[in-house]
Amino acid sequence: MVAGVARGLADHLRVNVLVVRIAFIVLTFAAGAGLAMYAAFWVFVPAAPAPAGQPPTRASRLDGRGQYVAIGALTIGGVLAVQSLGLGLPAELMWPLALTGFGAAVLWWQADESQRTRWRKAAVGSARPPAVASAIGGACLVIAGAATFLAYHGQLNEIRNGLLAAVVMVAGVAVITGPWWLGTMRELSAERRARIREQERAELAAHLHDSVLHTLALIQRHVDDPREVQRLVRGQERELRTWLYRRPPDQQLDFGQALEAVVAEVEDDHGVPIELVVVGERRIDEALSATLQAAREAMINAAKHAGTATISVYAEIEPAKVTVFVRDRGRGFDPDAVPSDRLGVKESIVGRMERHGGHAVVRTAPGVGTEVRLEMSSAMARA
Amino acid sequence: MMSNVKIRVVIVDDHRLFRAGVRAELGNGIEVVGEAEDVASAVASIAATAPDVVLLDVHLPGGGGVEVLRQVLPALPDVRFLAVSVSDAADDVIGTIRAGARGYVTKTISGDDLADAVTRVAAGDAVFSPRLAGFVLDAFAATDAPAIDPELDALTQREREVLRLIARGYAYKEIAKELFISVKTVETHVSSVLRKLQLSNRHELTRWATDRRLV
Repeated sequence: MVAGVARGLADHLRVNVLVVRIAFIVLTFAAGAGLAMYAAFWVFVPAAPAPAGQPPTRASRLDGRGQYVAIGALTIGGVLAVQSLGLGLPAELMWPLALTGFGAAVLWWQADESQRTRWRKAAVGSARPPAVASAIGGACLVIAGAATFLAYHGQLNEIRNGLLAAVVMVAGVAVITGPWWLGTMRELSAERRARIREQERAELAAHLHDSVLHTLALIQRHVDDPREVQRLVRGQERELRTWLYRRPPDQQLDFGQALEAVVAEVEDDHGVPIELVVVGERRIDEALSATLQAAREAMINAAKHAGTATISVYAEIEPAKVTVFVRDRGRGFDPDAVPSDRLGVKESIVGRMERHGGHAVVRTAPGVGTEVRLEMSSAMARA
Repeated sequence: MMSNVKIRVVIVDDHRLFRAGVRAELGNGIEVVGEAEDVASAVASIAATAPDVVLLDVHLPGGGGVEVLRQVLPALPDVRFLAVSVSDAADDVIGTIRAGARGYVTKTISGDDLADAVTRVAAGDAVFSPRLAGFVLDAFAATDAPAIDPELDALTQREREVLRLIARGYAYKEIAKELFISVKTVETHVSSVLRKLQLSNRHELTRWATDRRLV
């Protein structure tokens, strides 16, 4: 419970922990031998190295408060055991001893090996308040215990001078070693900062290598193919932008993010740059998913047939509705001249939108380009 | 419409290749009178040449485009700035506009469009890229927060329509045709939006601008 000695021993001897614990307790009544053994094991048996990811065997699962209570109980138990065995300690000695014992236990428990590793892991940064607090608390208890002991023996007056001398000594040591401590702390934090910077630099270098350098190499191999170069450049630009300016997208897709992905896909497949502007944001639902598919179809049409350098896509997400415009300044077409067996616009754009309660309008004429407007009212407005 | 007086331009960008490219693309009506590659040289070059328009990169060594605007505009309020950037981040775009730039275009803009934008800015109008229009629509989207200054903190219906068309990729001429108004009226609306963008204290705008200054 306190330092995991019983569990460690039980694991070592391959017996039940409870048996070991009971043995300790029984032995404790035999002139406190159990207690002494426990303490001896704690101090001298090193904690078993922890298997990856698990706390050290000897370390207790009980954290913080539970451990203090356990230490307190052990101390009181120890004192009471000593008392009951009639070792002749007068009552005025018992409580100072208990106090001192408790304080010492806290201090020693802090110095416990497994505990120290845990600090190192938990707080590379600032000193943890609980650790500091329990160290100070333990020290206070020890001093208080010692002082009470001396007070009972009427030697407080003489000891006051001694105490003062001790305080002065400690202060002196602090002053002398202070700069060294400070220097060490500063060195540590500087080292930490340097390490973080180094990590960031390494990550940046790795990213640039995997993405930008790789793309540049590919471009050099495709100098004769402008379309492929265009595709590579756009793809890399998009990827780098996302990496530099965007937060990582969360698992559940928002409409704007999904539209971005569709734009990327069409750009990649057809090598035509698409300028995307999104205003507002909304979680995607079934109707919006259909809108997305229709928008994709419209972009592909523009990329394939318009013969322009760029396509503009604008999506506005309002509380009541979502509107998407896909526009090109390409050659356009005469809607009445489209053969009736061509399903592209009619089925996958207009029909799809209408099936989900929205609508689509295609504005086009030969020579002035094409604009497809998709409109989907929000789920609440549809209901 | 060709005027006899060429528009005098200073190009501020830390990439030499980009400056050379822009210089080659700007065409006949525009004369490049200076180039600069960081904040200090930009301030010096602008003070020395007093150009009509400065093509200003947002990310510059020495404090960025915002710093150039802050140092130049109090002394030379007539110099007009057109921000040119590869960045699409809202705080970059809005921060630069609020510091005094009269327009914002991305570096992928074509040479003709850039020359057009420079001419427009030189004439005192504002130039919005589709993405900037999108940011503005986002920032001025209806919220529950009451407008502190109704004149500055909200867009009119017409301004919203103009911005939507810009976001959809329409040129000013096409917008004018679409809304049955003159190109001059479109320009007036955009300039009015620019003023609101620079002066409004809407939370979204101040947040973006503050973010920019902290970068």
